[in-house]
Amino acid sequence: MAILEVRNVSKRFGGLQALDDVNLSVEEGSIHAIIGPNGAGKSTLLNCFVGRLMPDTGTVLFQGKSLLGKKPHEINQLGVSRVFQTPEIFTDLTILENVMIAAFAKRDGAFSFNLFGRVKKETEIRDTAEKILHDVGLKEQLTHSASAMSRGDKRRLELAMCLSQDPKLLLLDEPTAGMARADTNATIDLLKEISATHNITKVIIEHDMHVVFSLADKISVLAQGTVIVEDKPENIKGNPKVKEAYLGEAEGE
Amino acid sequence: MFANLKNNDKLIMLGFTIMVFAGPIILAPFGAGYPDLLQRFAIFGIFAIGFNILFGLTGYLSFGHAAFLGVGSYSAMWMFKLLTMNVIPALILSVIISALFSVVIGYMSLRRSGIYFSILTLAFAQMSYNLAYSVFTPVTNGETGLQLRLQDARILDAVNTSGSLPSPSLFGLKLSATTVVEAFGMRFQFNWGFYFCAIVLIIMFYISLRIFRSPFGLMLRAVKTNQNRLNYTGINTRPYTLGAFVISGVYAGLAGALLVCTDPLAGAERMQWTASGEVVLMTILGGAGTLIGPVIGAGAIKYAENIFSKINDTVLEGYFAFMPETISDFFVFIVSPFVGEGWHLMLGLIFMLVVTFLPGGLVEGATRITGWIVSLGKKSKSVDANGSTEAAE
Ligand SMILES: Nc1ncnc2c1ncn2[C@@H]1O[C@H](COP(=O)(O)OP(=O)(O)OP(=O)(O)O)[C@@H](O)[C@H]1O
Ligand SMILES: [Mg+2]
Repeated sequence: MAILEVRNVSKRFGGLQALDDVNLSVEEGSIHAIIGPNGAGKSTLLNCFVGRLMPDTGTVLFQGKSLLGKKPHEINQLGVSRVFQTPEIFTDLTILENVMIAAFAKRDGAFSFNLFGRVKKETEIRDTAEKILHDVGLKEQLTHSASAMSRGDKRRLELAMCLSQDPKLLLLDEPTAGMARADTNATIDLLKEISATHNITKVIIEHDMHVVFSLADKISVLAQGTVIVEDKPENIKGNPKVKEAYLGEAEGE
Repeated sequence: MFANLKNNDKLIMLGFTIMVFAGPIILAPFGAGYPDLLQRFAIFGIFAIGFNILFGLTGYLSFGHAAFLGVGSYSAMWMFKLLTMNVIPALILSVIISALFSVVIGYMSLRRSGIYFSILTLAFAQMSYNLAYSVFTPVTNGETGLQLRLQDARILDAVNTSGSLPSPSLFGLKLSATTVVEAFGMRFQFNWGFYFCAIVLIIMFYISLRIFRSPFGLMLRAVKTNQNRLNYTGINTRPYTLGAFVISGVYAGLAGALLVCTDPLAGAERMQWTASGEVVLMTILGGAGTLIGPVIGAGAIKYAENIFSKINDTVLEGYFAFMPETISDFFVFIVSPFVGEGWHLMLGLIFMLVVTFLPGGLVEGATRITGWIVSLGKKSKSVDANGSTEAAE
């Protein structure tokens, strides 16, 4: 069954047709990759899923219900979590607090007037947060500020925040962007591990083809705002259309 | 050890309570023994603590909180006029009315953030100020200000036959009463008005402490660092910021009510933008986002106001009298713009210095000094240790 369905989505920025009649369906429990060269419209498409952008035409269905017009927090409460292309975390707070906030949002909903509770005494929330931080391999002192972490660790933290919400659908926008090869491989391993332990449907946006071939069950190739091919990884590799789309780019850069 | 001390809420409350209750004794040598000034410390401390819940935690900088101070004062005055001189109904009404005002103003201002939010709050506050002088004169008594009168109804109080104006009381205990105790060759004044304000201050400080430690407070701090991430984490930030706004508005209203409990006169100048700016300065000077900072900032500014605004040219000439006349005249000429009427110039100067060199406010200064002392202590200890090992060899 498709958990996420994208039908005839188009989006225009002034004179630029960023998305042109995009159709896509993501199977429940699968890892679906969306790849494409720079400026293909991948982030734009993802922003249409989470309430940041409103498509000009078309619909986005999550579990059969339309996501259009919903606010980001409402979409998250439905069970859709995302990580950003550049990690977005709460830099003034501690690592543990970052994840606890996500866990609070899951448990207490979009708003809870919990004025006189004590964060310190929320042992259940803290245990969940600690466990997940351990799962993603963050070895830093958890009571340290989140501001001084490396980019790779910030990515892990963001991932931990999403996982603590036990989402139905996890959207990852270039999880390895700007990482060195070693870090990229570590992230791939991490995502594989998470897939083994947490049964979460994932949509991974990637620029780098090598990353997705080892992860994805299905790949959609986006170029100039349209899906040119949608197929299994082994069939994508030799596809001449894909080669053409990436022509002029150093392959797997 | 200091880290533990900092995070132990019971110790913080105990220390704070002792400091506040002992305030008249501790501050007596600094010329702050007068009930008047100490009451102002407590009242503006409450105002700043509340402001800090909005500004310190969420980062939303309101330039209009004096409006709620004024609203609180007027509400309390009306209770004194219509119902009773007992301060409790006055406080209750001021809390309700300032909450209503801040829901409306907060709801509209929080549609924007950053500088636009600040401008909106400023605009609403100036509107309230102007309305108090024009349309609402039947309620505010315009420029004269709202005062007690002998013919006021006061339906709950006994008929006043004394011919003099009544004064605010707590179940019969007059807040203006002062008990004087002579001990250790000094005169200590215990003013009931101050101790009433002090108790309210301690309660409000405790509430603020609990908010800081609560999941609600954690969300407010998250709003400050990354509102975008918070939205994508499933949190609807608007009711959180509105909650913080209303809480801080209620603190301001309560402070306004206490102002008329200690001096039953409410004027619209209390709502002017300079008063809104003052609470911003107090919070930043003491340390925005810290628990105790706003109280310290409020105390520091009210103390400085008391000292510097009283100095005039004659006093200055006294200070510089030991110099030859031409030189002393020169110094008086340089210093006089900064004192008396112009003490705000001095305030601006102090504020600039603190923000430049101690961006975390006076609390950061205190933390640095204790850190410095602790590290000195450690150094001398390790030197001792080395010394003894050498001796052993
Ligand atoms: N808010 C916007 N306003 C105007 N143009 C935009 C906006 N967002 C994206 N674009 C343009 O739309 C096109 C697609 O951008 P998008 O960010 O979706 O690409 P992408 O596939 O994610 O690329 P990358 O691999 O660089 O992240 C680009 O040409 C971009 O400049
Ligand atoms: Mg992108």
